[in-house]
Amino acid sequence: MAHYTIEMPCSEASIRQLKIGDTVTLTGWLHGIRDATQIHMFDKGRQTKFDLNGHAVIHTAPNVRKVEPRDDCPAGYEIVCVGTTTSMRMERFTSPLMSREGVRIIIGKGGLGEESRNAFNCIGGVYLAIVGGTAALETTWIDQLTDVDMDDLNPESLWKFKLKEFGPLLVAMDSHCQSMYDEVQASAEQNRLKALERMGISV
Amino acid sequence: MKVDLNAIEEAAKTLYIRALKILPDDVKSGFNTLVKQEQHPTGQRILATMVENISVAEETNNLLCQDTGIPIYNITIGRGVDVDGYELKEAIRRGCTRATKEHPLRSSVVHPITRINEHTSGGRRVPVISVDFCDEPELLIIDMVPKGSGSENGSFLKMCIPADGINGVKKFVIDKVMEAGGKVCPPTIVGVGVGGTSDLCTKIAKLAASRPLGSVCDDAEGAKLERELSEAVNSLGIGAQGLGGNSTAFAVHVETAATHITMNPVAVNIMCNSARRAQARFTPSGVEYGF
Repeated sequence: MAHYTIEMPCSEASIRQLKIGDTVTLTGWLHGIRDATQIHMFDKGRQTKFDLNGHAVIHTAPNVRKVEPRDDCPAGYEIVCVGTTTSMRMERFTSPLMSREGVRIIIGKGGLGEESRNAFNCIGGVYLAIVGGTAALETTWIDQLTDVDMDDLNPESLWKFKLKEFGPLLVAMDSHCQSMYDEVQASAEQNRLKALERMGISV
Repeated sequence: MKVDLNAIEEAAKTLYIRALKILPDDVKSGFNTLVKQEQHPTGQRILATMVENISVAEETNNLLCQDTGIPIYNITIGRGVDVDGYELKEAIRRGCTRATKEHPLRSSVVHPITRINEHTSGGRRVPVISVDFCDEPELLIIDMVPKGSGSENGSFLKMCIPADGINGVKKFVIDKVMEAGGKVCPPTIVGVGVGGTSDLCTKIAKLAASRPLGSVCDDAEGAKLERELSEAVNSLGIGAQGLGGNSTAFAVHVETAATHITMNPVAVNIMCNSARRAQARFTPSGVEYGF
């Protein structure tokens, strides 16, 4: 298990080298995206002004304070708190995010499913797990909120962040069809049968 | 005791922000217990990050989690309390809106069909305000829970039948914790409601999930079920964030209610690791904040 620092945007090769259990720190840029953002992009055909090719997205809708645009808040928003939401609700958007927009990295919590795992394998992408509920800490990893698109969906806008050092994040799904969530669920299923048996419950 | 509605409004605002920033002591202790027990290396790292986050939130006066949740206010009114019930609810709504606009907080609440966000953390029937009564003189309590969506989406109800027995109830809980996996942000407090009507069953499951860690169901049968299910859930190996280990849940909490001879309902409501809540107690000597 190795640790990597990857600057965004990144190449396919830099993603293919990652294996589950590795850790990653991102530098450069990160885009915040969420349910409504992706429903509008992929179900309603909206296009973003951002070039997401080779970029990372994080499943988030941040707390922000509206301010007059200034040097350190060019988008007119000051960061209050940036965290991460449960990824699985957005499972069906992984494939179009990668094929249409060129996204290489998805950051979230709780994991994604089989369709995403296949997309990571076929197109070249990874899922990096962040620790859910640790937004105060994550916020300290971000330098600035530099731009925003589709802001009529606020707080589910498409946000662009400039990073300090964002991580460490855990490679929980890689481009080689491996998923830590699948491994855990498979062994949990065995444990479930034992737990039910101990309680005298026939399955 | 006459209740000052301005003080209620102020408390409704303060409680929302306070709940989002300061984790109750019992939950911090719950983390310490898990940290000592966890053997799984990924689980250890995740728990350490969660503990670090609690300190960072307090040091930077920031929110623990970005999810401001659906605001829930549970009011308990004691004996001899003079308050206009309608005005009380309006004051709470105003306080909740002020917290959202003045802090500011992300309004996480939308109309269910149009998905329009009023940016007040409120809307039709939200904040959720429940009123109950107690025997204590000159006391009014407001318990505030900002219920995060990741764990609230891990809510389940099954109208089991008497022939399913208590084993049907236990199996449902285990199966739903399995299904929820890492999506509900473990380690969690698994709230279980047993009995009642469908709505009461769901309501007591949420009360169970919102109870302080270390508390025990005051129905001996419910307490027995809590112990058995806590052991079973933490033997599953789902672990913190669904990435393995024994830290699937801080605890399973059970609440019970009498039910119909033909019914055997069970509900599961899960509280994420950011198990946030805050409490204000109004007495003749003023308002006191706690958990």
